[in-house]
Amino acid sequence: MLTTILKRLLGAIPNLIGVIVVTFLLTRALPGDPAAFFAGASGTAEAVEEIRKKLGLDKSLPEQFIVYVRDLASGDWGFSHATGQPVLTELTTRLPASLELTLAGLFLAVIVAIPLGILAATRPGSWIDHLCRGIATAGVSLPTFFTGLLLAYIFYFLLGWAPPPLGRLDPYLSAPPTVTGFYLIDSLIARDFEVFIGALKQLILPTITLALFVLAPLARMTRASMLGVLSADFIRTARASGLAPTTVLFAYAFRNALLPVMTTLGMVFSFLLGSNVLVEKVFAWPGIGSFAIEALVASDYAPVQGFVLSMALLYVLLNLTIDIAYGFVDPRMRVDG
Amino acid sequence: MSALLAIENLSLEFRTRSGIVRALENVSLQLPEGGSLGLVGESGSGKSVLSFAVLGIQDAAATVTGGTIRFADKDLLADAGSAMKNMRGRELAMIFQNPRVALNPIRQVGQQIEDVLRRHTALRGAAARARAIECLADVRIPDPERRYTAYPFELSGGMCQRVMIAIALACKPRLLIADEPTTGLDVTTQAAIMRLIRDLGHEKGMATLLITHDLGLARDFCDRLAVMHAGHIVESGATETLFRAPAHPYTAQLVRATPVGQDKLENLASIPGNLPDLRRSDLPPCRFSERCELRGDACATALPSVDVSTGHLVACHHPQLRTRP
Amino acid sequence: MASLTMTRWQLLRYVVAENPLSLAAFLLFAALVLLALIGPWIAPFDALASNVGAPLSPPSMAHWFGTDSLGRDILSRVIIAARLDLGIAVAAVGISCILGGLAGAFAGYFGGWTDRIVGRLSDTIMAFPLFVLAMGIVAALGNTVANIVIATAIINLPFYIRVARAESNVLRNAGFVEAARLAGNGEVRLLFHHIIPNILPPMTVQISLNMGWAILNAAGLSFIGLGVRPPAAEWGIMVAEGAQYIVSGEWWIALFPGAVLMLAVFCFNLLGDSLRDLVDPRRRT
Repeated sequence: MLTTILKRLLGAIPNLIGVIVVTFLLTRALPGDPAAFFAGASGTAEAVEEIRKKLGLDKSLPEQFIVYVRDLASGDWGFSHATGQPVLTELTTRLPASLELTLAGLFLAVIVAIPLGILAATRPGSWIDHLCRGIATAGVSLPTFFTGLLLAYIFYFLLGWAPPPLGRLDPYLSAPPTVTGFYLIDSLIARDFEVFIGALKQLILPTITLALFVLAPLARMTRASMLGVLSADFIRTARASGLAPTTVLFAYAFRNALLPVMTTLGMVFSFLLGSNVLVEKVFAWPGIGSFAIEALVASDYAPVQGFVLSMALLYVLLNLTIDIAYGFVDPRMRVDG
Repeated sequence: MSALLAIENLSLEFRTRSGIVRALENVSLQLPEGGSLGLVGESGSGKSVLSFAVLGIQDAAATVTGGTIRFADKDLLADAGSAMKNMRGRELAMIFQNPRVALNPIRQVGQQIEDVLRRHTALRGAAARARAIECLADVRIPDPERRYTAYPFELSGGMCQRVMIAIALACKPRLLIADEPTTGLDVTTQAAIMRLIRDLGHEKGMATLLITHDLGLARDFCDRLAVMHAGHIVESGATETLFRAPAHPYTAQLVRATPVGQDKLENLASIPGNLPDLRRSDLPPCRFSERCELRGDACATALPSVDVSTGHLVACHHPQLRTRP
Repeated sequence: MASLTMTRWQLLRYVVAENPLSLAAFLLFAALVLLALIGPWIAPFDALASNVGAPLSPPSMAHWFGTDSLGRDILSRVIIAARLDLGIAVAAVGISCILGGLAGAFAGYFGGWTDRIVGRLSDTIMAFPLFVLAMGIVAALGNTVANIVIATAIINLPFYIRVARAESNVLRNAGFVEAARLAGNGEVRLLFHHIIPNILPPMTVQISLNMGWAILNAAGLSFIGLGVRPPAAEWGIMVAEGAQYIVSGEWWIALFPGAVLMLAVFCFNLLGDSLRDLVDPRRRT
């Protein structure tokens, strides 16, 4: 088992290198001359030259790359011109907000999509099957930013059920003491139920928005994979030996059907992290996505690069986790050699 | 003699988008306690459909339109509820072809046996585990304690088939249905598996229904044979009788196409034509007539059931009542 | 099997009968293409002109979709935007399909180094959350519509590479290719005359499956302020402009462009599904 995990870790390294190389190339492709940009409109030629040296832009590309990697490793991800703070600090303080939203969205999508997919697969041609197909096609067609707005309009403006779509917490409430950075968990740790309810209320609409989008690929994959497994020979064997239908469905069919669904999870995370940016903007969510958008609008590039890099690292990490979890579910992946 | 399994005039059809497939028509057969019956025919002749119907695991699109299936004097079709569910896997068990894919790929084989034990017996925990290991030992799997934790992909095809037999026999059934149990195995393993099934059948007094397209295999293994063609049983009788004096032209051709002993290859015949499309609305009463060299005017009338000799039945207007030259 | 003897036309009729939505999607698709082509001539007002109506007026007979904060006619803007939105998506998917298709075909056909380099490139793109990568690319290359097209093309590349690679890898050893090889055709000729034409059907399916997603990505980028600049009419940016008004009840500014965007994407996804059923019925899910 340990060697399998180790092998997966090693397997993630090429992707990691690829990600760092691409983000490095993106920093070098900045519009115009970065040195001139950093010197500002009033910068003299000497000032530009000075900054060029300081940024190491006079060195060769490979040398610059080494410097870039060294800086990244030592936690120097540059400064945000808008806030004057180091990018890494900005990102780490905002990351929990984004993660809380992403994970809540994924959780909701999974608990709706998987039962829906199973039901559709066990009753092919029924109304629930058509519903599943409809949701699968409609779901991926939803522009997340638009559904978010629509939900906010209906549930906040028209019905008044939801709080205003502005951030993680009502301004009258104060954030719980930081332990995990997740308000839902931290408020429970602090036994502050008012804050818990407040944070939950703020979380509901953006979570639904995110979940609606990723529900589709999950439900679709669950259905297809369950259909495939249910017609497999070993299911017939299980039924012929008289096993209870629930045992056949869950212990036999579902566990096998889970494998392709887990593979889809990687793609789902890609969607999720992307849509997260849009949802954060719609709901003024103080995560790294809205931070990156603000920086983009202000032409403040270091935070944008930091954001792209951190999202990519997070994604590589998530894929690695999925890979390792896959090994736990599927014994065939555990063979060494 | 009261049969353990008695199928009377069973008809079954599939309702598909492209029409109704009349997969079984007036099928009757008997299997006595402890006996062995071979159900032979080309692929697509309805052998597997028949066995699935006996176990009540047929496709959702299949409907039984007539007839009865009695097992130990209980009507399985009338009793499709919990009684049938409790018998399936305990008194009637089944093994399949391609054993490597017929076992759950991500569950330890021992646990798959235990699943069946837990379903049908009061055994739990260590006792269930011990019994599962016993089952593995019963099918002559060496080192059963270690094999208990193996996954199907770690075992050979022959080993997987032994595991499947162990699962089927875990609750000491009275009838074992073996559906092409040697397909997908190599030749030496085939013989070992067939010997195992026969020996276990004798040891435990278990009746066996062997479904195969291989007449030679059925001859080595079964007391009696029933020949299926396009959803009909065209002939049934004692194995030796059928080989010595096949009365139905189809059986005769099958026997001629089966290599026995020193037969030279050029003596082997092939059977012209294909199985008819069972969705056709103009199927003749005798579904073999379109491939038959003996076809006459009578063949367009209802199919007879001729008693050639004791226990030897044939459904043909022109039975060949002579011994094989 | 009955389906094997069906002609394409029968199959098409079967698919339409099976799923009437396909027909609706096709009609919608035709309408969208028409809008993109003749939009400027049928828009009732000048899409960029301010104060053609009172600012922030709700839908009325004069302005079916209402007006925005500058008093521009939203219906006209939605119509005009079709060309830009579809244009971006078509251009991006076109670039992606040609480059990705060629790279994939080469990789699958020649294997070895070509395959490894192309595979690594595709894996590296896939190692990013794709929308985030697109953001990074636009930020680095500069905030223009052309760069939106490039970014969308890049994040679509892996899908085309994958399809083309798999197909050409299989076709490489197909009988008819072997025959052409024995007839003395060069490898490059084989690739262009025998492999690539046969890759086209699955690539077409991939295009129609990707189109909706490409539109969605481009609109998402302009929603966060990348690429398309005001006052240009584009569905994503129009939703963004309407976003601040939606919480005060002026729903029409964001709703109409958003709904049309959604409808367009839905239409492309439905078409993609039907086309896949047509080309490869086994892959139906």
